[in-house]
Amino acid sequence: MRSPGSNVDDNRLRAERVTLGYDRLTVVDQLDFTVPDGEITAIIGPNACGKSTLLKALARLLRSSDGQVVLDGELIHRVPTKEVARRLGLLPQTPIAPPGILAVDLVARGRTPHQRLFQQWSEDDERAVRAALEATDTTDLADRPVDQLSGGQRQRVWIAMALAQETDLLLLDEPTTFLDIAHQIDVLDLVLRLNCEGGRTVVVVLHDLNLACRYASHVVAMRDGRIVTAGAPTDVIDAATVGEVFGLDAVVIADPVSSTPLVVPIGSHHRRTGDSPSPGSTPRAIQRPRGRRGPDAPGDRSDR
Amino acid sequence: MTVVSDRTAVEGRPVATGGGTSPPAPLPLRGRVVRTRSWSFRVDPRAVTVCTVLAVSVVAVGLWSISVGDFPIPLVDVVATLLGNPTEESEFIVGTLRLPRMLVGIGVGAAFGMSGAIFQSLVRNPLGSPDIIGFTAGSALGAVTMIVVVDATAVGVSVGAVLGGLVTALAVYLLAWKRGVQAYRLVLVGIGIGFFVGAVIDYLITRAEINDVQRAAVWLTGSLNGRSWDEVRIVAVALAVLGPIAVLMQRQLDRLDLGDDTAAGLGVNVGRAKLVLVLTGVALAALGVAAAGPVAFVAFVSAPIARRLVNSPGACIVPAAFVGALVTVIADLAARRVLAPTELPVGIMTALIGAPYLLWLLTRQARTGAL
Repeated sequence: MRSPGSNVDDNRLRAERVTLGYDRLTVVDQLDFTVPDGEITAIIGPNACGKSTLLKALARLLRSSDGQVVLDGELIHRVPTKEVARRLGLLPQTPIAPPGILAVDLVARGRTPHQRLFQQWSEDDERAVRAALEATDTTDLADRPVDQLSGGQRQRVWIAMALAQETDLLLLDEPTTFLDIAHQIDVLDLVLRLNCEGGRTVVVVLHDLNLACRYASHVVAMRDGRIVTAGAPTDVIDAATVGEVFGLDAVVIADPVSSTPLVVPIGSHHRRTGDSPSPGSTPRAIQRPRGRRGPDAPGDRSDR
Repeated sequence: MTVVSDRTAVEGRPVATGGGTSPPAPLPLRGRVVRTRSWSFRVDPRAVTVCTVLAVSVVAVGLWSISVGDFPIPLVDVVATLLGNPTEESEFIVGTLRLPRMLVGIGVGAAFGMSGAIFQSLVRNPLGSPDIIGFTAGSALGAVTMIVVVDATAVGVSVGAVLGGLVTALAVYLLAWKRGVQAYRLVLVGIGIGFFVGAVIDYLITRAEINDVQRAAVWLTGSLNGRSWDEVRIVAVALAVLGPIAVLMQRQLDRLDLGDDTAAGLGVNVGRAKLVLVLTGVALAALGVAAAGPVAFVAFVSAPIARRLVNSPGACIVPAAFVGALVTVIADLAARRVLAPTELPVGIMTALIGAPYLLWLLTRQARTGAL
């Protein structure tokens, strides 16, 4: 695992004292955020903490009411949309596949920022789409309609579309949310491969803390529109952080597979009376959970 | 020039290879890629075929439509007249009565077809067509106002129709706005506005002079009866200016289909693209209304038919234009001949086609929860 990103300002993408919101509702207030080049940055935090809002601002989808987002030393809002799209790829939370579209045609749309009226399908386009299909292991799915694919396959096809854009910066908004655990691992393995082999800088909004710790080299924990802590997972994720960010009592141990922090939530049924757990404390004997949902239960789409 | 990729080509090679020294199998993209050093296009052979067949059908039905009537003119004479060798009677009947009528029908159908394709794709719902969500009603109100209040000429009626359409579109959009515009809200608000506009039109009619009322009433059903070269000019200008814009915007429309955020991520200027598309779509529908009245359901049925024929997930603007033209020409032929010698307005015929489709669509969407 690489060292966490420094806060120096020569990184390609950063937000400077941005204030973000919708209508009159402020979601993020005066936030500084730097995306470390060449790393996987995971943004974590409870629902409605401003994770996706921040990602939208970084991708130029949302204009900050105060402060600025800087891409390659330029104010991102001064850069034309198409030029931004040549440098920065984005996969939103809920992209829509037109009914009946073939996977290859969807991936081909990732080439849009590189195309012109009289240059609709160059050899570069062809090569990039082929490479994107290969990188996401979706070459076999290319001639199938997207709406007939499984959730995991579909998400890989969407990522392939973003890859075909051939940008060094990739922003993914909850790419694993509606996937079962095996497909979540699939997608995150792919993200890690893109980072290690392709040297891409990835920013990913994740719900699952343990997966974030395992796959990201830099974790940013947000709550109520501000950054609580940021850094390498082993440095910043402990029971105190989990408590502060999610309001959740948890035990943090070393992941037996990756040695990264593993957050084990305690939950009310297992809480010891009158004594709050500290890092490294052992949970009481295992009781049978009574159908309670985990701390990051899926199914919340209203998150911004 | 080379054809590098053909979905229908029999290559006998699996698509998935990856690695190896043999040249990779062609990507299974839709359509063919035509490419030289400096430019490249993707052409869908199926769309080309569909459009050609539709165009031939439009010409065939059009010629037939010119030929038949209370004063039948043999097809040979029709063709001769069109080529500049009229007989005595064919010159008046073809040149003054039936040819402009047919040309207006083709142009209006194409304009409605394109407008429908644009809006149905933008709203992502076949019910988002301008004749369902009140835009054509708004154009009709603008036009009726010009007829009844100002007693305007064809150009004045056109201006009124465009203004009426734009104001209505703006009203529907603002009323449907709630942190962005949801398709179902837009459709419901549009239908409501359509009824409101209809009531205003009725009020204007009751207040108007009897001659104006008759002119307005026939026109309001959507009629090609008595169309002259004035109306041909209106639709010709509309199609010449707006048609190319619509066709050029198709690429961005197809990106918007992936969702606004995704489209923006792909470099589409979402706000500007939507504005241009809405203005183009409203103007196309409005000029169609100015020329022939709010011919019911042509915009509504054209794009879905075109999509099915071309079998494409895209907006199919050009095929929809051809479908719209064909539907209108056939409907007008039927309107003229079904109860001959009485002529029905073409709008009644298109309503006979469109209404059952609307009912079917409503029950289906109600069942699947799409609306």
